[in-house]
Amino acid sequence: MSDATPRMIVLHGRRVVGGSAEGEALVTRQTISGWGGINERDGTIIERRHELRGQSFNGRVLVFPGAKGSSGWSAYFHMARLNGVAPAAMIFTRMTTKVALGAVVTRAPAITALDQDPLSVIETGDWVRVDADRGVVEVTKR
Amino acid sequence: MAVNTCQLITGIDNAKWRIQGIPDDLAEQQKRGEAFFGQRGINMHTTCTPYQVGNVPVLGEHCAWMESSAVVYCNSVLGARTNTEGKESTGAAALTGRIPYWGFHLDINRRGTHLVEVAIPVEDIMDWGLLGYWLGEIVQDEIPVLTGALIRPMLIKLKHFGAAASSSGGVEMYHLPGTTPEARSVEEAFAGRPIADTLHFGPSERRRAYENLNCASERKIDFVMLGCPHNSIEQVWLIASLLEGRRLNPDTALWVHTPRALRDTAERNGYVRMIEEAGGVVMSDTCPAISRHLPKGVRTFATDSAKQAHYLPAISGVQAWFGSVRDCVEAAITGTWNGRLQ
Repeated sequence: MSDATPRMIVLHGRRVVGGSAEGEALVTRQTISGWGGINERDGTIIERRHELRGQSFNGRVLVFPGAKGSSGWSAYFHMARLNGVAPAAMIFTRMTTKVALGAVVTRAPAITALDQDPLSVIETGDWVRVDADRGVVEVTKR
Repeated sequence: MAVNTCQLITGIDNAKWRIQGIPDDLAEQQKRGEAFFGQRGINMHTTCTPYQVGNVPVLGEHCAWMESSAVVYCNSVLGARTNTEGKESTGAAALTGRIPYWGFHLDINRRGTHLVEVAIPVEDIMDWGLLGYWLGEIVQDEIPVLTGALIRPMLIKLKHFGAAASSSGGVEMYHLPGTTPEARSVEEAFAGRPIADTLHFGPSERRRAYENLNCASERKIDFVMLGCPHNSIEQVWLIASLLEGRRLNPDTALWVHTPRALRDTAERNGYVRMIEEAGGVVMSDTCPAISRHLPKGVRTFATDSAKQAHYLPAISGVQAWFGSVRDCVEAAITGTWNGRLQ
C-alpha cells in the first residue's frame, strides 16, 4: 500500500443520540464548558486557557472527553443548534448528565463508550463518519 | 409544578435594570413572565444560591438542580442528591416530578475517588477559591476527599470553593470528612473504593491557581464585582463595614450582589445605605456573567470570585484581577489594583 492510500479505522460504541453524520474531526483532550466556554453564535471555543480557543466546531465532528463547568452547557449547545453552528456529531468518553442532555438538545448524532480511545485514534483533520444508530465510527486518516 | 421549584438567577435586576443598561421593555417583559410562572408555583428566589434563602433540601433528598455551584453545594454540603441538570431537564422535572435515577442519585456513585492533602492553612474565602480552582482543573468531575488544614469550613467558604472547582473543572461532589454529612472519616468517604490518586496542595499549587486566574495587565480598575455566587448577609456586612466613611474612586464602579430576600435584610440593617453612601450599588436577581451587562466602558475588573474571574473575561472580553474582599474594596476606593498573594 502506498502512503497516499487513506487508512480507515473502525470504532464501536454506544449510541447517545441516534442518526448519522460525517465531517472533519476537531479533537481535544480538554473538557469543554458550554456557558462561558463557547460562543453560541459562531460555534467557537472562547475559554481563555483552552487549547481550542478561537476554533469552531460548526459542522465538524467534535471529539472530546466531556463537559465541564456551568449547567448552562445544554442551553448553549441548544442555542448553537438553533443558530446553525452546532457540531455535525459528538464523540466523548466521559458520560455525565451535563454532556448527555447537551447532546440530546443539540440533536447531533452522539456516541460514547467506544472500544478504542477516540482521543488517541482520531486526530483533528481526520474524516469521521458517525453512525450512532449502529454505534459505529469510521475514521479515515487524513 | 409537581414539586417545590424555584427560579434560578436571571439576566435582569428587577429594581436596578437601568444601572445595568437594560431597556425598560425587557425589564417589564421579565416581570410579566415572573407573574405568570410565579402563580404556577415557581418561587422567585432568582438567585444562584437558593440554599441561602430557604430552599434547603435534607440529607438524601432527590433533587433536579442546575447551577453548577449550587449542585456541588447540594450534593456535598447538604447531602441531597442531584446531577448537574440543565434548563431543559429542570423544566421537565418541575412539571413531572421525575428525573433519571442514575449518577449522583445512587450511593455507589457518591464515594470519593481522589485524596487531597492540604498542606497549607486554607482559611480566607480567597484561599478556598484558590484551592477549588486548582483542584477542579485536576480532578475534573471526579470526587475529591479533602484533609488537612481546612480552617473553619462554613457556608460562605464552601460556596466559593465549590463554585471554583465546578468552573475550572466539573466537580459535582466532594467530601470534607468530619464536616460534610456523608463522611465522618476518610475511610467512610471512600467506602472501599480504591484511591485513584493522592494530590497535595501547597504554596506552589496555590500560586499556580492565583496566576491562572489573574489575566490582567492593566492595574487601573474600572469595575469591582462582589457576590459570585451571590453574597450571604455576613458578606454584605463585611463589605459595608470596609466601606464605612469612605468614597469610591469616581471612575470605578462597585456592584455587590446578594439574593433579593437578603437584600431586604441588608436594607433593614443599614448595610445597603452604607454601601450606597460610599458610591456602590447593591444588586439582586443577576450578575454580570449571566446578564452580559457591565458598567459602560469596562476594560479591567476585580472580583473576590474565582468563578467570575474565570468566566467574565471569556464572556465579555474584559481583563480580570482576583483577590480577597479587602483587595477588591481597596481597588474600588483607589481605582488601582494592589492585591497580591500574601
